[in-house]
Amino acid sequence: MSNVVIQANNLTKEYVRAEFRVTALDDANLEVHQGEFIALMGPSGSGKSTLLHLMAAMDRPSSGNISVFGQNLQALSDAEIARWRNTHIGFVFQSFNLIPVLTAMENVELPLKLTKLNKTQRREQAKRALELVGLGDRLGHTPRQLSGGQEQRVAIARAIVTDPDVILADEPTGNLDAASARDVLTLLGRLNKEFNKTLIMVTHDPGAAKTASKIRYLEKGKLLPEGQKPAEY
Amino acid sequence: MKIPISYNIRNLIARRTTTIMTALGIALTVAVLLSVFALVEGLRSSLASTGDPLNLLVTRKGATAELNSSMTPEQFQVIKVKPGIAKLPNGEPMASLELVTVIVLESPDNPAGINISMRGLNAAGIAMRESVKITEGRWFQSGKREIVVGKGVAKRYPTARLGSKIDLGRGQWEVVGVMDGGRSAANSEIFCDLAQLAVDQNREAGLSSVLLRATDEVAKQALINDLTSERRLNVDAISERAYYESQTGAAAPIQFLGIFVAIIMSIGSSFAAMNTMYAAVARRAPEIGTLRVLGFSKPGILVSFMLESILLSLLGGIVGCLLVLPLNDFTTGIGSFTTFSEITFDFRITPEIMLSGIIFALVMGVIGGFFPAFSAARKQILTALKQN
Ligand SMILES: Nc1ncnc2c1ncn2[C@@H]1O[C@H](COP(=O)(O)OP(=O)(O)O)[C@@H](O)[C@H]1O
Ligand SMILES: [Mg+2]
Repeated sequence: MSNVVIQANNLTKEYVRAEFRVTALDDANLEVHQGEFIALMGPSGSGKSTLLHLMAAMDRPSSGNISVFGQNLQALSDAEIARWRNTHIGFVFQSFNLIPVLTAMENVELPLKLTKLNKTQRREQAKRALELVGLGDRLGHTPRQLSGGQEQRVAIARAIVTDPDVILADEPTGNLDAASARDVLTLLGRLNKEFNKTLIMVTHDPGAAKTASKIRYLEKGKLLPEGQKPAEY
Repeated sequence: MKIPISYNIRNLIARRTTTIMTALGIALTVAVLLSVFALVEGLRSSLASTGDPLNLLVTRKGATAELNSSMTPEQFQVIKVKPGIAKLPNGEPMASLELVTVIVLESPDNPAGINISMRGLNAAGIAMRESVKITEGRWFQSGKREIVVGKGVAKRYPTARLGSKIDLGRGQWEVVGVMDGGRSAANSEIFCDLAQLAVDQNREAGLSSVLLRATDEVAKQALINDLTSERRLNVDAISERAYYESQTGAAAPIQFLGIFVAIIMSIGSSFAAMNTMYAAVARRAPEIGTLRVLGFSKPGILVSFMLESILLSLLGGIVGCLLVLPLNDFTTGIGSFTTFSEITFDFRITPEIMLSGIIFALVMGVIGGFFPAFSAARKQILTALKQN
């Protein structure tokens, strides 16, 4: 069996809001192996994003355990998590979340500011990432001067520029037209196959999910066992 | 820490209207404070640099100023032969008996007139004022109703121009010269012949003061002790520099008011900066969340927003300095409670004053930026990302 990258045990996240509590993720157990490309599917509000956020240590679980590369995330301090995220995780958002006042090049270079690389090396690496996503000719453009599909490709370049082990994407094609969505999915597929990146992608689109090597479903906060899907799917 | 400063500069440019308004508020606050500093500095330098450091001013015991002092020619005879007094090239002691009165001059700004000091002195008095030079015309002649006006007086009072005549009760005095006293008090005064002034004022037996020059610092102290302790003489002797420096107090009310206004304004400007920065933090919440996801730490976010506020206030500080720069060397006058007459001087904006303005602006930026920056750093990643 290949290396375990992500190991989640009895992972639960509850939100307490005023009177009632919402169990966004209920006792999830999951093992992700090196080089896997997993699509997370399920109805809206089923806990897909919550699971992804816990994997990126963007939030802390109410109970249970999650470790990435054997590192228990709960054991890390805020500052350690920030550094850990920078080196190990690339995150792609549905709404791209590029910095509007920075150019494509500067956006991609940004995570490298936290590394030991010097300016020339940073530029070089950012340029290579942008060329990989097919935007080598858009380095000086600001997000406003790019189409949605191009913005998302810049965001992917930003996610991979630090050469992270795991790429997490939350509905990366959710805001895109069909053609741009296809480009983005092809790109994510390449990252998995050619660069052997471990990918976990939340999606609503069954077509998109086919790019992945495995689909896991969530329903009402429960991560269904492998091979099982909710009634409506 | 690692978030590039260009990110902050670009954001300041992106919201240029609020940036300009906030910076302008800071600039005006800085300008008010710097105007006061420039005024005080101008006054201080115009008075403090008056006279040689070895000069002594001798007045009647208990007199607070030359104006309410009186000195008889007999006292002067005793004083001028004291040991330790320097000699003029002609062998005479450096001792000058002087009479100071106040005259009223009208100006376009002050039709009612302003008090100006008029000083009667002899050749020794002029010789002892090495920094005073005639720039137009000539010195007055003894026994004549002739006057030489300081350049500050000439500049501000059209009635005291070269060649004009001023009526002072007993007769008309002609302006025969204009003198430049460097940065000394002579610029604010009128000089004339001692005997002529004494006759016109009926004060032949009661003149004002004596100016002395000691041979050295030790002799100066000895002279002070000697003169003040001689009961028969009944005089005070102090360093001329100390005397003029004490007059800088004339600016104290303006200084107090100016600093008071500047502090009130700075509170307003700090709140304006705070408001601007809170708005920026709110609008850029998703960006803050994104930066955190990319691996930037909470302290990194704090520093970045602090830096942005500091840059904003630095801009305000620089504009504030530029606003007051035209004031430099602008001549004005201020009433002195010591001499009961006006001291003219130039606003002085030194590099130190500008630096203090920049620092003042930066303090506003730090105070205004801290709470918004702190709130930015404290945001939960997920909450921040959702605030669209
Ligand atoms: N910050 C929050 N506070 C309260 N409830 C939340 C919060 N975030 C998510 N939830 C709830 O948790 C559940 C799962 O949310 P989420 O993981 O975003 O679902 P999905 O991504 O599958 O649509 C939903 O019922 C949602 O309303
Ligand atoms: Mg979601």
